[in-house]
This record gives sequence, C-alpha cells and structure tokens, in this order.
Amino acid sequence: MNTLILKTTSRFLFTLLLLLSVFLLLRGHNEPGGGFIGALVAVGAYALFALAHGLSAARKLLPLPPLRLVGWGLLVALVSALVAFFLDKPLMTGVWFSLFGVKIGTPVIFDIGVYLTVFGALLSAIFGLEETADRTPEEAS
Amino acid sequence: MSWLLVLPLLIPLTTGILCLVVASRPAQRVLGLVGALGLLAAAITLLVQVNQRGIQAVQVGNWPAPFGITFVADHLSALMVLITGVVAMVVALYALAEGDQPREQLGYYALCHFLLFGVNGAFLTGDLFNLYVWFEVLLLSSFVLMILGGSKAQLMGGVKYFAVSLLSSILFLVAVGLLYGATGALNMADLATRVGSVAPGLLSALAMLFLGAFGLKAAVFPFFFWLPASYPAPPVMISALFAGLLTKVGVYALIRVFTLLFTQDTAFTHTVLLWVAGLTLLLGVLLALAQGELKRLLSFQLVSHIGYMLMGLGILSPLALAGSVFYALNHMIVIAALFLLAGLLQRLQGTTVLVRMGGLYQSHPWLAVLFLLPAFSLAGLPPFSGFWAKFTLVAAGLQAGQYAIVTVALLVGLLTLLSMGLVFAEAFWKNPPKPFSPSATPPGLVLPVALLALLTLGIGLWAEPLLGLSQAAAQELLEPSRYIEAVLGVSR
Repeated sequence: MNTLILKTTSRFLFTLLLLLSVFLLLRGHNEPGGGFIGALVAVGAYALFALAHGLSAARKLLPLPPLRLVGWGLLVALVSALVAFFLDKPLMTGVWFSLFGVKIGTPVIFDIGVYLTVFGALLSAIFGLEETADRTPEEAS
Repeated sequence: MSWLLVLPLLIPLTTGILCLVVASRPAQRVLGLVGALGLLAAAITLLVQVNQRGIQAVQVGNWPAPFGITFVADHLSALMVLITGVVAMVVALYALAEGDQPREQLGYYALCHFLLFGVNGAFLTGDLFNLYVWFEVLLLSSFVLMILGGSKAQLMGGVKYFAVSLLSSILFLVAVGLLYGATGALNMADLATRVGSVAPGLLSALAMLFLGAFGLKAAVFPFFFWLPASYPAPPVMISALFAGLLTKVGVYALIRVFTLLFTQDTAFTHTVLLWVAGLTLLLGVLLALAQGELKRLLSFQLVSHIGYMLMGLGILSPLALAGSVFYALNHMIVIAALFLLAGLLQRLQGTTVLVRMGGLYQSHPWLAVLFLLPAFSLAGLPPFSGFWAKFTLVAAGLQAGQYAIVTVALLVGLLTLLSMGLVFAEAFWKNPPKPFSPSATPPGLVLPVALLALLTLGIGLWAEPLLGLSQAAAQELLEPSRYIEAVLGVSR
C-alpha cells in the first residue's frame, strides 16, 4: 500500500502502539490487561508497519524470526514456573521477590513469556498470510 | 516427590521448547533423542515410586484441591506414561535413522515432544476440565504433525482428522459443562464424591455424552471411520506415534471416567460399553480383512483391538480391568512396531499396496521373522504379550458369565491371525509381481522395530511383573476411595 499519509502516520503509531502494549502487559498484574492483550496490540503495530512499508521492512525491525520468538517466550514462561523448585514448593507456585527496590513476582515473568509467545505466533501467521498475498499478483501476471 | 510427578510433563515441554529455540538440525536430533530417553527414565522412576508408596498427588501452583491444578499418578497413569516413554524413545530412534530432512526442519522433534507433553498431561491430570485442555494440547500438535510436509494425501487425511477431533472436543466440552452444572465440581476426585447426588437418568445421559466424546477419540464403533482415513497418510515416524499413543488416550479417559464417576447404573452404562466393544471388535477386523493396503489394514486392526480394552471395562471385574490395562499397554507396543515395519517395507518395495509387494521372505528372511513376532502378538498367540492380554480378558469374561463377548473376542483373535497371515503371504511369501533389486535394510531402522518385537516377546515370556502391576491398577480403579483420599486428603 503506497500512500504518503499512511506511511507518515504509521511511524508515529508504531512507537505509540508498542508503548501501549508494554503498558498493557505490566498493568495486567493487578488490573485488566496482561501479556495476551499486550501482545495483540504489538502485533497490530507490526501489521500496520508491514502494510505501510512492506514486509521486509517490518521483518528488519524484529530481533528474531517470529517462530523463534515463540520458543523464547515459552522458555521464559517455563523458567518462571520452575523458580518454585528452588524453594521446595510445587511447580508453578507464585514467588515474589524484590529487585533493586522493585517488587517482582513469577506471575509477571510468566506473563512476559505469554507476551512473547502470542506475539511470535500471531506475527508468523500474519507475515505468512501477507507473503502469499504479495505473491498472488505476480503469479497471476 | 511432587517434582517427580511433573517430570514426565516438564521433560517433553523443555525438549520441545529447546527444539524451537535451537535452530540447528543436528542439535534438534540430539535433543529429540535425549528428551525421549529422559522421559523414559522419569517414567520408570515414577512407576517405582507409585508402586512403593501408593497413589501420588500434587497440587500445581500450591492451591489446595479441589480448586488447584491437580496431578495424580496411580498405577494406571504411571503405566501409561511408562509405555508412552517406550514408544517415544523407539519412534525417536526410527526418526533419527529415517532422517527426513524437510520434516525435521519444519519442527518434527519440537512437535513430537509437545505431543508427548499433551499425552502425559492427559494421563496424569486429576481434573476433568484440565483433561480437556491436555486433549487440546495433544490435538494441536497432532494437527500440525498430520500435515507436516504438506503432501496431498496428508492434507486430505488432515481435514477429516481435524473435523472429527473438533467435533469430539465440542462434545467433551458440553459434557464437562453439563456435569459441572449438575455437581458444581471439576476435580475428578471431588466429582466422584458428588455424582451420587445427581439424578440417575441425568447421570446416565452424561455418561453417554462422555462415551461419545472419548469414543470419537478412541475410534470405537460407530465413530471409527475417521481413523483409517487419516492415519495412513503421514510418514510412519508420525503415524506410529499416533497409532501407539493417541487412541490410547481416549481409552484411558474412558477407563478413568467409567470407573471413577459413572458406576451408579452399571447395568445400563457398562452393557452399552460391552455392545460397543463387541461391534468395534467385529467390524474392525472384518474391514481389516477387506483392505488391500498395509497401513489401512493396520489402522482397521488398531480400531478392532480397541474393542478388547473396552471389553474389560464393560465387564468391570478386577481381572477384567487388569486385562484391559494390560491389553492397552501391550497394544501400544505391538501396533507401533507394526506401523514402523510398514514404513520399513515401504522403503524396501516402494509401496504398501499388498498386491504389488512380495518376495521379501527370500530377500530379507530376518525381516519376515521380525514381522511375525508383533503379528502373532497382535493375534494373541503364545508366548507373546498379546496372549496374556487376551487370556486375562477371556478368563475374566468366562468368570463373569459374559459368553457372547468372549465368543466375539476369540473369533476376532482368529480373524486377526488370518489377516496377519494374509499380509505375510502377500508381502513376504508370494513371488514379487515384478522383479525388484533387494536393497540392504538400514540397521538404524530395524533396531527400533527389533526392540519393540523383543519387548513383546519378553513381556510374553515373563508376564508376571506387568500383569501384577496391571492388577494393582485394577484394584485401585475399583476402589475409588483410595484415589479420592490421595487427592483430597484423609479428612474427607
């Protein structure tokens, strides 16, 4: 899609949406929000950017391929579940500790894992669909 | 102790995640095998623990039952997890030797371990709704595995598999919802204490809903049509895993709910089970006899023999239940071996259509022996494990005076032998329709099949330990109070 308005606004919106998604992720601890919904907003940001600037430009903004992100997200969630082992509690028991004066619990870490997993899974689906959509006109011509 | 119980879940999960994170194919191959070996080791330890200390339960997340996430390991669960570990290891060995590069790069090992994660979760969970979630975990992985590589046959089979699985999931969810509405509980131990207060008619209706939901998954009469249409499609390193494990999860769920929850009106529910068992047995084997393609034939044999496991459940005596459990364990080993062999034969002859095969006895006599071991075990000939499984069931049937189902069981044993004999005559005995140049069998592919074949022979010759464990499982199943006590504590 090649319109000047979309290209210009998408740059601003991209940053804003990513900030909003992190806000939603952290807010989810006590109030409505959380990793799932936060990731949906972040996927929205990338999808918008991909529409405006093309798929390869959006891919360049990712540190890892989307499916690899799913793996890392699951790994983060798994680690948060395993913390309880060191305290001799059953799997997935919530543990809270403070890090430089900030109180952090394993549920937050789990939520970050959810965020990465949902983000990677949905983005790989959207990129996959965009790829086929990009390819179709070439094949038709 | 509580961590030992969740190890059969954590090991496949960790392996699957690491396979996703690590990109290199050789590393994934190593991880796949190490994960399977780890699972087997954990499963053996768990069984030893359960055998020594009785039923084990853990509340994941440290919320007390019946509100928390409960995992329970009794003899039945531990045995199922153990054989899952055996099948997983053997299939991992086969996949390593097969070296199907495109499918490995698409994430075969990661998906396999997520599948094992779901299967073990279903075996160990103590909560009916979590059972649904575990079914979804294993179904999602199996959907992707089913169409992995994307050949046309796989997509065709995959669509049928997907549609039927979805239907069964909806049925299951509706049944769980209705049961929750009637009792206000989801934890299975808690449910068991409350189902007595539900109106008998409603409870029987719910039991039939569960029979439909789990029956679709276990592929029993009249819901078995989807299995032979989908299982032969993917390569054997996938379909052997499916054949060994997935229908058994359905059987396990049936055994669990029809011993723990629905035991009020056994004259109705368990008679229905016996009819279903008999019809599954007969129709499955008759349809198997009519097949001209090896993998389809084996799929119908798989369906048919699910009937034996239901037969024991329907009779509901200690010996019969022990027979069911023993049969399920034995069948997981035997059918996985036969599916892997089908893959081996396909590699040698380029086809699994029986008419176009032949001459293998002359070129690979040892392979013929290797086929006969699990084939005889499937038919129930001594000295293989299948013999003891059938012997126990038939003895239990005679004790209970269920002569009709015993007749069917014996008849189906004979017909199975006939069907396996036909395969032997077609694929091994007769002259090949066109001359083929016999290629050497890769030892890496023969080894997994040989392991399973020796296992069925070993269990047959030394049946006492496994039979004893099956009897312990049956004892626990018939005394739900021990299960309830382990989960909810002594006070109730």
